[in-house]
Amino acid sequence: MVEAAIFQRLSWNPLTDLQELFAYPFMVNALEAGTIVAVMAGVTGWFMVLRRQTFAGHTLSVIAFPGAAAASLAGLPLAVGYFGFCGVGALALGGIAGSRRSLSAESAAIGSLQALALALGFLFVSLYHGVLNGLDSLLFGTFLGITERQVAVLLAVAAVAVTLVAIAARPLFFASVDPDVARAGGVPVRLLGFGFLLVLGLSVAETSQITGALLVFALLVTPAATAHQLTARPGLGIALSVALALAVTWLGLALAYFSIYPVGFYVTSLSFGLYVLVRIGRGLANRRRTIMRLALEGA
Amino acid sequence: MNRPTAASAPTKSETMPTPTAVTLERAAIRLGGRTIWSDVSLAVAEADFVAVLGPNGAGKSTLIKAVLGLLPLAAGTAWVLGRRPGDAKGRIGYLPQRHGFDAATRIRGVDLVQLGLDGARWGVPIPGAPGRRRDARRVAEVIDLVGATGYARRPIGELSGGEQQRLLIAQALVRRPKLLLLDEPLDSLDLPNQAAVAALVRRICEEEGVAVLLVAHDINPILSYLDRVIYLAGGAAVEGSPEEVITSETLSRLYGAPIEVLRASDGRLVVVGQPEAPFVHGDRHG
Repeated sequence: MVEAAIFQRLSWNPLTDLQELFAYPFMVNALEAGTIVAVMAGVTGWFMVLRRQTFAGHTLSVIAFPGAAAASLAGLPLAVGYFGFCGVGALALGGIAGSRRSLSAESAAIGSLQALALALGFLFVSLYHGVLNGLDSLLFGTFLGITERQVAVLLAVAAVAVTLVAIAARPLFFASVDPDVARAGGVPVRLLGFGFLLVLGLSVAETSQITGALLVFALLVTPAATAHQLTARPGLGIALSVALALAVTWLGLALAYFSIYPVGFYVTSLSFGLYVLVRIGRGLANRRRTIMRLALEGA
Repeated sequence: MNRPTAASAPTKSETMPTPTAVTLERAAIRLGGRTIWSDVSLAVAEADFVAVLGPNGAGKSTLIKAVLGLLPLAAGTAWVLGRRPGDAKGRIGYLPQRHGFDAATRIRGVDLVQLGLDGARWGVPIPGAPGRRRDARRVAEVIDLVGATGYARRPIGELSGGEQQRLLIAQALVRRPKLLLLDEPLDSLDLPNQAAVAALVRRICEEEGVAVLLVAHDINPILSYLDRVIYLAGGAAVEGSPEEVITSETLSRLYGAPIEVLRASDGRLVVVGQPEAPFVHGDRHG
């Protein structure tokens, strides 16, 4: 049977399975880390989608990869590489955005940065001989071997970042939606833009440690984009974005634990599936509304 | 008229009601080494509805930005609500030139109006706090004033240009400003909507006692609602009532070239002979 082969460890008794999930410290650490990361990604992702900065977010995630590779090459903790490279990357993106070139020149510059980052990542990996196993988890994520110390670092960074976003929530919302009016009203639009990129860099660094550098979008973009589809209310949207990120993370971790496929695959597929369902649902609702309006106008 | 000058600092006018909403004296703006306009003197009285007219590139938006304090004057003095430009931010409502929100914008009109009230405030909003309820009442009130109650809770990207413009005017009004700066609010609207928004602005002027500077491309839809006109062209400006300003003599002097103003049988004004003629496009939407 196929299921049996994939979900080798599942007893198919929900209670025992749930108990088993929390039985091992490594799994508890993974669930804690996933929870922290999901909350942070849900909050910052909602603002990123609102600001249409998903390209910047993607670039930061590509930059996370050479960061992690360089850290393992230098014998440093991976987190140092993730946070260091994403922080510097955010500063560079802020510099590119701040230099006020045309939009096409800006995306070309960001794209070039992406290519360089990817090339550097593979250089570091090839310099560090015999890390082929590690390469997979750098790119596609792992939940094995997360230490309590790592969880503490994730929690501290996330707490600072989420607090900053909460304090700046309204001016940041204003600056994202209506920058000209916000500036005229005394909101420091450019400073907020720069600050948000830094927070985004931290979020990407955190998320990379669970989903891997290439699948950051699964937690940072997809739940947020789904939330934006479901509601136009800002408060509810952020809450929904966090809830969806949490749901796919928990479910993804559980599925990965009981099966042979990597966690990044599950988290990505779950959030993608949700997004597609919501898009289809909204499409149908819009169609019905249009048809009803046409019918009313015709009457 | 007790007009403040550069010599007498506004020590009194900071507490007293101001005689004018906007005063410019021999003001000039330079951008990147180019003089946009110079030697511009004008006064906008309280609760006046004033149109800012002129060809493209004459510096109409520049005038709005100078009044906001976003651009410094190269020469001359400016007073806005009895203070220096930039010091009166909280009492100015501003609607910048824009091309509307696209259909993908998932923000409700009511949230946009709310941002006009508390968008510059830091900290986490606590739902149900007394201040929040007072804010919500004010937002509902101002949305009712512009007649947008029926669609304020829908995403703004799904609304028509006229509906979006009403909500944006509500956002600019929500803090009870004494001066409203509207940069081409009629630009993307069809003719009936242009007249409707102009009538709304006139009503706001009278009911709320707000002075309005409205940048427009075409005077005809708003002519009957206006108090005064500022016409910018050729690096200079003329200010006065529409009858004084929109004449062959005044505009010829301003452009330094022969200009003819014709009045159509329906009362519409047509300006003939200018290098770039905004008036002629009176029925471009029709």
